[in-house]
Amino acid sequence: MIGFFIQRILQALLVIIAMSVIVFVGVYAIGNPIDVMIDPASDQALREALIQRYGFDRPLIEQYFIFMGNMLRGDLGESFIYRLPVIGLIFSRMPATLELAVSAMLIATLLGIPLGLWAGYKPDAISSKFIMGLSVLGFSVPTFWVGLLLIMAFAVELGWLPSGGRGPVTDFLGMKLSIGSMEGLSYIILPAFNLALFKLGLLIRLTRSGTVEVMSSDYVRFARAQGLSERKVVGLHVLKNISIPIVTVFGLELGSTLAFAVVTETVFNWPGMGKLIIDSITVLDRPVMVAYLILVVFLFVLINLVVDLIYGQLDPRIRVRAAS
Amino acid sequence: MSEPVLRVKDLRTEFAVRAGIVKAVDGVTFEVGRGRILGLVGESGSGKSVTGYSILGLIELPGRIAGGEVLLNGVDLTKLKGEQIRRVRGAQIAMVFQDPMMTLNPVLKVSTQMIAAVRAHDNVSRKVARSRARDALATVGIPSPEERLDAYPHQLSGGMRQRVAIAIALLHKPAVIIADEPTTALDVSIQGQILAEVRRLADETGTAFVWVTHDLAVVSSLADDICVMYAGRVVETGAAADVIASPRHPYTAGLLASVPAEHEPGERLPQVPGSAPSLANLPPGCAFAPRCFKAGPACNTTPPVQHFEDGRTALCHYPIEPDSCQPLSSTSTTYQNAS
Repeated sequence: MIGFFIQRILQALLVIIAMSVIVFVGVYAIGNPIDVMIDPASDQALREALIQRYGFDRPLIEQYFIFMGNMLRGDLGESFIYRLPVIGLIFSRMPATLELAVSAMLIATLLGIPLGLWAGYKPDAISSKFIMGLSVLGFSVPTFWVGLLLIMAFAVELGWLPSGGRGPVTDFLGMKLSIGSMEGLSYIILPAFNLALFKLGLLIRLTRSGTVEVMSSDYVRFARAQGLSERKVVGLHVLKNISIPIVTVFGLELGSTLAFAVVTETVFNWPGMGKLIIDSITVLDRPVMVAYLILVVFLFVLINLVVDLIYGQLDPRIRVRAAS
Repeated sequence: MSEPVLRVKDLRTEFAVRAGIVKAVDGVTFEVGRGRILGLVGESGSGKSVTGYSILGLIELPGRIAGGEVLLNGVDLTKLKGEQIRRVRGAQIAMVFQDPMMTLNPVLKVSTQMIAAVRAHDNVSRKVARSRARDALATVGIPSPEERLDAYPHQLSGGMRQRVAIAIALLHKPAVIIADEPTTALDVSIQGQILAEVRRLADETGTAFVWVTHDLAVVSSLADDICVMYAGRVVETGAAADVIASPRHPYTAGLLASVPAEHEPGERLPQVPGSAPSLANLPPGCAFAPRCFKAGPACNTTPPVQHFEDGRTALCHYPIEPDSCQPLSSTSTTYQNAS
């Protein structure tokens, strides 16, 4: 088990290093941030001074090693634009994205798994066909468009929910969260549901196909021959067997939602990390981009590690393979 | 023979497929007495497994039981619905399947599956259920049952898994166990052990077995009675020893002739010519006629059930006469010539 961990952490380090090189070189190739940062009318002397101050005159490789050296000391640098430490900048935006992503995953899971189970348990029922139709819409209709429709319907026409922004936040474990108060909650419902739609469609289909497969298996037939109730058959045999693909997709989706909730955040004007990264890319704010992507890699590695550990709990055959 | 515990009367199971209605089981009738083992023999597609599933009401759409009765201690199982049939399954009549690799859920411990099976019918604590599971494992000859309970199916050998499946079937001491080719996927040596175990269980516990198989060698060493099926119909019944010694139906004779053990090594093995007909497209009259060496003009019409001494029956216009006393070798010659 410890060997497994060490292997995973080494892999993660390699990914982080490779990723930082790619981003660093990529951003360098795009252009000189100075051109974006300063007033085009300013004179050459000021330009030179700034280039020197940020170290853009040094060779790329040197700039890279200075950056990585600082990172090892826990200093990811300062944003060119905000003049704030990057770490603080990202972490100030993180709770917003975190609560949005987690709420979306909760909605998708709590709705998707029961609906998928039903659609797989009674594949020929009208209700199941309706569910499957919805799931196709869920992941084929563009997110931003659904978002706009949601705003039109619930904020503009009905006036039930706010159209955007984050609303009041309350303090929870040092993080500022919206979900602490009823009013804050009303702000998160629409964006969370919008973000959940794609995952909902995915989870419904995944759960359904797993259920159909398990329901036709010999061990389900054997369980029925033992006189197990249908509730027990589904609750014990089906749920346990379909959980592995579900956990995989859940992990992947949680990671990508945290990292790339950009579209929904933009539509609903939600002040999360997605908006931060998009803004940084427009102005070539290199420290923010690199730090953000390193954080994303770290998140993915962490989520995958947890998913792998859960696998072992769910399927004993994987434990055996890992041990041998 | 005492009053039979299981009596299947004129059972009909149909599947509605694109090609029409397939009569997988077409008027099957047989009975099994307490502690007796009935060998239900036939080729692939003869309807023997579907008969087993029909008895437990495990037929799923597009299949359905179209008629007949399954009387378990006088109660017609085909009339039971939902919760009523669930209470019978596993408690009064149980089933063991062909492939022990597939019948146990790979991600659940043996104990989890056995405890669920106990608690499906008896409202007992997990602890009591576990000790009953352990006893059942011991009954089927599993060494150190306590440790096996905590194993996952993949940690057990095929023979061990099939014993676990049989132990699960035995948990509620059912009157009847339907065994659907349970030893087909196992080594011959393991098969022998399990057959001996089943024979002992039938004698000691009084459980009746319906042993579905295509393997006549298994039937001859295990079963008290034989019921031979062909294309969804029962073509011959009788005491196992009698049927094997002198088959009355030409199909049974052909099956027996093709058992390798009866022949010299290197000798060409006789076989029943042709292959089993598609159930969707059966010939009129006797379904076996096109492959039969005794087929005559009457075979275009539905054959009658002929009754013989010792309660034997055969579904045939021209049954083999015991007087002519055809030894197996002559039957096999007949089939060789026919092929």
